[in-house]
Amino acid sequence: MNRRLLSVIGGAVLLAVVGASAARQTAQAVQAGGTVTGKVKFTGTAPRNPAIDMSEEAACKAKYKTTPTEENVVAGPANALANVFVYVSAGVPATQKFTAPTTPVILDQDGCRYHPHVFGVMVGQPLEIKNSDPLLHNIKALAKKNRGFNVSQPNAGMTKNVTFTAPEVMVNLECNVHGWMHAYLGVRPDPFYAVTGPDGSFSIKGLPPGTYTIEAWHEKFGTQTATVTIAGTESKTANFTFAAH
Amino acid sequence: MSGTRGIPMALLCAALALPRTAHSLLRTTQDTTAGKQVYGKWCAGCHGDNGAGDGEAARYMLPHPRDFTGAVYQIRSTASGELPTDADLLRAIDQGLPGTAMPGWKTRLSDRDRHNVLAYLKTFSTFFADTTIKPKPLQFGRAPGGGSGADALRVGRQFYDSIGCRKCHGDQGRGDGPSAPTLKDDAGRPIFAADLTQNWRFNGGGTVEDIYHRLRTGLDGTPMPSFSDLLDQKFLTDEQLWRVAQYVRSLSPGEPPAVRDVIHAPQATGPLPRSPGDSAWSRIDSYWFPLVGQVVKKTRWFDPAVSGVRVQAVHTRDSLALRVVWDDRSQSPDSAWLAHIGRVLAALASDDSAAAPAQPGLWPDQLAVQFPLTIPQGMERPYFLMGNATAPVYQWRWSSQGGAVAGLARGLERFDPLAGGGTVGAQAVYDHGEWRVALARALATADTANELQVRSGRAIPVAFFAWDGSNGEHGTRMAISTWYFLALDEPTPARVFISPVIAMALTLALGMLVVWRAQRPKEA
Repeated sequence: MNRRLLSVIGGAVLLAVVGASAARQTAQAVQAGGTVTGKVKFTGTAPRNPAIDMSEEAACKAKYKTTPTEENVVAGPANALANVFVYVSAGVPATQKFTAPTTPVILDQDGCRYHPHVFGVMVGQPLEIKNSDPLLHNIKALAKKNRGFNVSQPNAGMTKNVTFTAPEVMVNLECNVHGWMHAYLGVRPDPFYAVTGPDGSFSIKGLPPGTYTIEAWHEKFGTQTATVTIAGTESKTANFTFAAH
Repeated sequence: MSGTRGIPMALLCAALALPRTAHSLLRTTQDTTAGKQVYGKWCAGCHGDNGAGDGEAARYMLPHPRDFTGAVYQIRSTASGELPTDADLLRAIDQGLPGTAMPGWKTRLSDRDRHNVLAYLKTFSTFFADTTIKPKPLQFGRAPGGGSGADALRVGRQFYDSIGCRKCHGDQGRGDGPSAPTLKDDAGRPIFAADLTQNWRFNGGGTVEDIYHRLRTGLDGTPMPSFSDLLDQKFLTDEQLWRVAQYVRSLSPGEPPAVRDVIHAPQATGPLPRSPGDSAWSRIDSYWFPLVGQVVKKTRWFDPAVSGVRVQAVHTRDSLALRVVWDDRSQSPDSAWLAHIGRVLAALASDDSAAAPAQPGLWPDQLAVQFPLTIPQGMERPYFLMGNATAPVYQWRWSSQGGAVAGLARGLERFDPLAGGGTVGAQAVYDHGEWRVALARALATADTANELQVRSGRAIPVAFFAWDGSNGEHGTRMAISTWYFLALDEPTPARVFISPVIAMALTLALGMLVVWRAQRPKEA
């Protein structure tokens, strides 16, 4: 018994050490290059996010104190725009290959909404889709360059691991049982992408020297691009401003 | 059941035989050039020259024809997201997709043509060019026995509820679940959850095995997901999923309804049933009549939601009652379906450039039962499509918003209600995706000039029209039938039974007389 316990602990320690050093290596590799940071905001008045009627799904409705809304335009202070997928759309040499992390990105269905709403994954990196609701969700992926799919998760605790084979911005994820559930997934061949937070800021690290096109994608406002040139380990800024129609 | 058991066996044989045949054919004689010719002649009209599902006829179809460029197919033996096998594609080509405009081509095209066109349509998508993708059929077991027994169906029903089938397909399976009004296909076009009580219209076939396969693979491109993960993650046993398939199968009749031309209305043994819920209806024969879109006159309608009506008729000495029952996913008007109506009207091209584009509205459900003004002497009947200006037809029109009125239709665009609405009475009930409407009237009425005088023992022409308001149907946008007949059976008169007895007695007496006369000793 003791011996088994020891071996488990020993194994765990070993794993932690190896894991930590691997993580450091990755981090070093990424941090070795330049950085692009910026803020995304919008002008005009943001459209109101429609309220979601969850009366058919008591288990989801119970998870909210106030009426939940869709997340079409999530605005922060001073018209900061969250949920913008920012990525390097051109400039990374096609010959340069990046290893996808083996740690999965997790998409949770909780309270009849997707968490996160906008996110990225690398080609070959596992995406784990899980259901935290005790009711039927189907997850339909609408893709053009990848194979879409449509699978069901009628029980809480169900998980599904999928990977994507080709870069695609964006793959749309939706639930047909709950028409308001949408998530957007950017599939990239490299790690040079980010999603803006509530303050509208993003940061893409580890870019080798070169000239890059940075694209910002928003589900309602469309796309914008900027060009930055990185020399060495400097940090450059790329701000984007969308117009709310 | 032996008939349905034969079908999976045949399918199994086909599945085993076809990949090899297709494979060797493709290897040896794969001829996309010949396939292109077949495609151009028979397929491009709907599926488009470039396979994008955008042929000339596509804009008049819902669901739209398959877009081959994405290689997303509904009817497969492979997991969701995977490419179909050649056998899957051949099955769709050979058998068509019931419930859609896609016919089966097995009897129309030669083996070689069908294989060549299969090879050609795969060239529309780059996914098939990647030979590293090898679609692998899922392993399907056999249906567990006892599938039509009460215990099996109870288990099936339990999981039908627990895995959420009812969310779209509804409590009674008529495609009227709470999520039904929001459903869209991958292209954002409106799509109905299947009416599970009409298995002859299932896109992938209506046997227990077909249903189970669809549960496992999903119907890619539609909202119907795969339920295979339930088995893989041990939330459900394979037997339980089969029970769901068997329960779904039990919602449809054993055989698709056959069309019989003459509705026989027996004479009621009690009072005339005037309510649609009257138990007397359960003892009266039901007749099924298919309806199709009104595509004869502008504005035409290519997406009828009502696929048929079931009709019963009964009469007393002085009155007639009809009960018309049909499946309808919505009790219109219902604002929950307004967005669906918008999608339907946007997805379908209007054939009438003179008319303004239809705006979505909240229309009621409607039914019209049509008769000629008088019972015709010969075979001549008024024009089936609501008569015309010189030869009107007599109709009962029922609406979910205002009961029934009788009147005269003079063509599709003109309906003149009779003063006071005529004498037809109606009672209706909407129950879980089904309308049941009972209509009743006296056989003889005072207004003999404008109302059909019903008589027993005669073939009375009758036709049916239905509108699903929540599918955007109103005016000339409707589902129609052709003329059928209604016959009020006369009670058999007593003389039918007495006459033969009298005749037999007379014959006997006459015979005896003849014999007696013949045997009488002759007197010199």
